[in-house]
Amino acid sequence: MKLKTLAAMALAGTLAAGPALAELVIPDLSYRTGPYAAGGTPVSDGYQDYFNMLNARDGGVGGEMFRILECETGYNTEKGVECYESTKGEGALIYQPLSTGITYQLIPKVTADGIPLHTMGYGRTSAANGEVFNWVFNYPANYWDAASVMVNYLLDENGGSLDGKNIALVYHNSAYGKEPIRTLENLSAQYGFELTQLAVDHPGQEQKSQWLQIRRERPDYVLMWGWGVMNQVAVQEAANIGFPMENFIGNWWAGAEHDVIPAGDAANGYKSLNMNRIDASLPVFDDIRTLVHDAGNAAGDGSNIGTVLYTRGMYAAMLAAEAVATAQGIHGVAAITPAMMRDGMEALDITAARMEELGMANIGPEFAVSCQDHGGSGLGIVQQWDASAGAWVALTDYIAPDDAVTLPLIMEDSAAFAAENNIEAGCM
Amino acid sequence: MSADFLYGIEVILNGLMAGVLYALVALGFVLIFKASGIFNYAQGVMALFAALTLVGIMEGQVPFSHIINAIFGTKIHHFGWHVPALLAIFLTLCVMVAFAWAVQKFVFRHLVGQEPIILFMATIGLAYFLEGMGDLMWGSDIKTLKVGLPQGGSRWIEDMTSGLGGNDFYGFFIDKLDMVATVVAAILVMSLIAFAQYSKQGRAMRAVADDHQAALSVGISLNFIWVLVWSLAGLVALVAGVMWGAKSGVQFSLSLIALKALPVLMLGGFTSIPGAIVGGLIIGVGEKLFEYTIGGMIGGATENWFAYVLALIFLVFRPQGLFGEKIIERV
Repeated sequence: MKLKTLAAMALAGTLAAGPALAELVIPDLSYRTGPYAAGGTPVSDGYQDYFNMLNARDGGVGGEMFRILECETGYNTEKGVECYESTKGEGALIYQPLSTGITYQLIPKVTADGIPLHTMGYGRTSAANGEVFNWVFNYPANYWDAASVMVNYLLDENGGSLDGKNIALVYHNSAYGKEPIRTLENLSAQYGFELTQLAVDHPGQEQKSQWLQIRRERPDYVLMWGWGVMNQVAVQEAANIGFPMENFIGNWWAGAEHDVIPAGDAANGYKSLNMNRIDASLPVFDDIRTLVHDAGNAAGDGSNIGTVLYTRGMYAAMLAAEAVATAQGIHGVAAITPAMMRDGMEALDITAARMEELGMANIGPEFAVSCQDHGGSGLGIVQQWDASAGAWVALTDYIAPDDAVTLPLIMEDSAAFAAENNIEAGCM
Repeated sequence: MSADFLYGIEVILNGLMAGVLYALVALGFVLIFKASGIFNYAQGVMALFAALTLVGIMEGQVPFSHIINAIFGTKIHHFGWHVPALLAIFLTLCVMVAFAWAVQKFVFRHLVGQEPIILFMATIGLAYFLEGMGDLMWGSDIKTLKVGLPQGGSRWIEDMTSGLGGNDFYGFFIDKLDMVATVVAAILVMSLIAFAQYSKQGRAMRAVADDHQAALSVGISLNFIWVLVWSLAGLVALVAGVMWGAKSGVQFSLSLIALKALPVLMLGGFTSIPGAIVGGLIIGVGEKLFEYTIGGMIGGATENWFAYVLALIFLVFRPQGLFGEKIIERV
């Protein structure tokens, strides 16, 4: 009797679990705790809120609801891999780990498991070559694009010449921080500027030596590849030594509100890149406020809406949702598989009209993904912190990277990866 | 004098002041280890928790607001008042004393007589608990600390010294916050030494440190002394949290400042307050000078590992640290 009851319960459980398999499962490898929580939390809030808004407003995408599986990584690579392993069996469609370290560990795993990995503006730059990295995408831009956009901006500021200029790179001493070095070295040789490299060890709480060196050598510009507390300390130290803030430019992971607010007025004028525009008046935020926050389904407390990293998380979710819709269109089914999701990502076409239709006009550049190009357009804007207004102000329109510099590097690096891993390059 | 020589002096001065900040963290470890033989892994997290609590009280933040709002569907985050810095510091100290009492009552009282490794493991658990508690109470966003501490280099010192080394020398850069930290650390250390030497409780604390069984036999309450010591460590943690938090905002990476204290303790000894200070100064100057002279040749970012190498070199010659009690093993 007991056996029959158990068998009936197991059958009922299986039947009950049936519909869940048809959901669009999106793991969120977030970090809301630990030293990098201040950056991880708003990204995760924006990411989850957008999917929840689509569920509430449109019933998901194509009639299928999204199911978010949040897993805390603490920005720790081992925990990130554990999160991947524990969630992939749920039918995960896409992973966005928000960590270059985790990305490097997941690349071989997602390739073997056949699940797409999207690393928006971080991760392994040469993954832009989709013929080698079939399952990895890093649109709309990557680190080498960022380095090139920075130099193009400085060229524009200096009448087209950086000859004889001294540019210092202050970077997080990690795989992430070292990513732009090769590109900047090539650009240094091409444009005749001197590149000084200053590494800062994790977590970056103590940077006195690096900034004393900058004070001694007085570079014309300082570029920064920072994350976490390194950013806040660097902005404060730059202000302390009186470095002109308008000549200090961080990449897009060193340009959030919390990177500059602790330094107060001293941070005024600091610049950073951004891969997406920020505009708190976007109509999509109204939908999120009404349908998610007011309904009590918000991922956070609502204080992050409209900030740089919240907007980026939401933008990442939008790109994933659009890929779902594209995949559904290609395959003619609503309940897509990870392989179908990959096809959707590879056929993604983000147009100005579509972004406007989604209530986020001009949030990012227009771009299209292809089998050969998983990297997108690579465009970025330069924004500047206005301390009195407490807001970032866009200084430029989208600036294009120098593909003639970045593309050969991508091809060279991806070819080396393919040779090391016996990968035969080609489209799927 | 050549500009390079003067910049070397500048590096030493800044290294000394960085060393003071390291010593501030190390002091908390020393106080607890000396009195109870516990290596308190949670000292860095205590600094974080104290700083979070200080900002939370100052800003009138409602503790546990995320949980309250989630359970009751409310949207409360602030009481709507701001507490003056001095009062907030006092209230934070009260919280740290309450924490000290709770640690003693609920953790270490039940572990009396256990092996040091057990006590150490307990402090690891305490660190995780306190970090999570800080997150639940005050949230994980970065908070700006506004207690009136100065920021930026001293223009006066820069102007007064700028002519010393020709056009290539721009004057000494001395951070005003570091100068304040140095003064505060000096006052703190002198107060701690005076307290230990001249107060009844201080003498009891030293007695417990020397031989807790003998102290117990003359009527000293071990419980009280351990609460007192953890409270003092809480005070030191608050000072360290304020000084480090003023540099970067109060955020969870503050807990990692404990990593800067370990080589200081290895070098200065785990049982000496002057050792923590001298160890901090040696580590601060050593790592900064190494980075200045050799760091650039080997890729930079040498400070974290060089501090440990320097401490290890000292350990080869004095395993108990510069000021630690000599280890005598009788067979």
